[in-house]
Amino acid sequence: MEHSNDGNLAQVQHVVLVLSGKGGVGKSTITTELALALRNAGKKVGILDVDLCGPSIPRMLSVGRPDVHQCDSGWVPVYTDAKKSLALMSIGFLMEDPDEAVVWRGPKKTALIGQFVSDVAWGELDVLLVDTPPGTSDEHLAVLENLKKHRVDGAVLVTTPQAVSTGDVRREITFCKKTGVRILGIIENMSGFVCPHCSECSNIFSKGGGEELAKLTGSEFLGSVPLDPLLSASIEEGKDFVQSFPNSATFSALTSISQTLLSSLQAA
Amino acid sequence: MTKGLPRQKPIAGIKQVIVVASGKGGVGKSTTAVNLALGLTANDPSKSVGMLDADVYGPSIPKLMNLKGNPELTDNNLMIPLTNYGIPCMSMGFLVDDVAPIVWRGLMVMSAIEKLLRQVDWGSLDYLVVDMPPGTGDVQLSITQNIPIAGAVIVSTPQDIALMDARRGAEMFKKVNVPVLGLVQNMSVFQCPNCNHQTHIFGSDGARQLAETLGVKLLGDVPLHLNIRETSDRGKPVVVSSPDSPEAEAYRKVASAVVQRLKEVRP
Repeated sequence: MEHSNDGNLAQVQHVVLVLSGKGGVGKSTITTELALALRNAGKKVGILDVDLCGPSIPRMLSVGRPDVHQCDSGWVPVYTDAKKSLALMSIGFLMEDPDEAVVWRGPKKTALIGQFVSDVAWGELDVLLVDTPPGTSDEHLAVLENLKKHRVDGAVLVTTPQAVSTGDVRREITFCKKTGVRILGIIENMSGFVCPHCSECSNIFSKGGGEELAKLTGSEFLGSVPLDPLLSASIEEGKDFVQSFPNSATFSALTSISQTLLSSLQAA
Repeated sequence: MTKGLPRQKPIAGIKQVIVVASGKGGVGKSTTAVNLALGLTANDPSKSVGMLDADVYGPSIPKLMNLKGNPELTDNNLMIPLTNYGIPCMSMGFLVDDVAPIVWRGLMVMSAIEKLLRQVDWGSLDYLVVDMPPGTGDVQLSITQNIPIAGAVIVSTPQDIALMDARRGAEMFKKVNVPVLGLVQNMSVFQCPNCNHQTHIFGSDGARQLAETLGVKLLGDVPLHLNIRETSDRGKPVVVSSPDSPEAEAYRKVASAVVQRLKEVRP
């Protein structure tokens, strides 16, 4: 890899991977919400969406299908607002047809991810969040290999509380340990559902599994995010949940998690 | 490396292969796959059904079917599937340690899938239900290129984020000429056990609408119910642990719809 390519990440203060191992636990949702919470706290944030088969972030941030431009240093990321406080790059922007299926084998994915990591002109960022697909495959190896020259602060692992999720996330924890990726902490998502009608809390996807997993593996527990239909609706519509529902329990959870994460990053 | 695409060759003894896929992770493929397999035998006990867990990175079938251990080998070195509730199963989860990540690039995955398909002593089965991993990559390609598939069941939750991926999943199957049997709308609605208020946590009816748009059948609608997750965590899927419950009934309906559609798409 050419040394000059590191230029694109040189002004990025912190790089955080959002991993899981298990699909559908809310990696993209949490990535988006963390990004919005960090932006709310005055930080400049970028999101790199390397889920080539199911790129969800463009939809969650309501950026539609903008054209992606090239500059001298590479691709210009898509900004969600005029102030350029939140930058995004996703394969979703490069496909002709948004509904087209990306049915690629590993080597092709690896090549594209290599470009995504080195050839996006991020400029100055406080935090770059990398949203990954589930599993421990080509995409993950490609991201790590390409980020090797630049520092990766670590990974946040997202799980839901139930056994089938924590089982897969355990594997992901081992992956991090083996590849030398520091585990910044575990987030338990979809942790309990409060009925909007009678306020009874139902643990649809169980509860506490994420916290137990953190204890079991000696990782930090960053917090729990409840299963909140307002959050899923917000994400669906590409709205900023952090702006729309500042009084919700979910907002407190997300803010607390993002603050803990930021302190971790700044302390290291 | 052989030149050109692998040739499709049926697995000896297996009459029909049904894949359960989605594109999106976490919509309930594995949960649907095990309950579909059990629903098929519940509806017609004369049928023999097997399960193949093709999710190499996150194999959930061992947990869901309460199966553990390394498969034994027959005299001709075929792996003997592990059986529970009358369903013989094979999964990468039986071949690796509980906490070990399976950090494999595409080529190794192809090779592992070959083994899971061809080096298992399935015996004679009416149906083999294959639980697919999320995504549209190596595993999906390897399976569809290697064996003839009678049909694909696509699982989705109602929200758009999942449907976008489900649509890509359906498109992928069309590209490789696998008939799409239909969609299963999972986690459709949650009923509060306390006050019975219904909340559409993951949106409302999106999968039904997508089915109409794609021109495929809606095979069933499964509500979000604590019982499904609790029985899954315990390793006794709802179709066998609470056979009279509405959730089990929903899965049995999916199984009948699948059988009906298989007859319709048979070449």
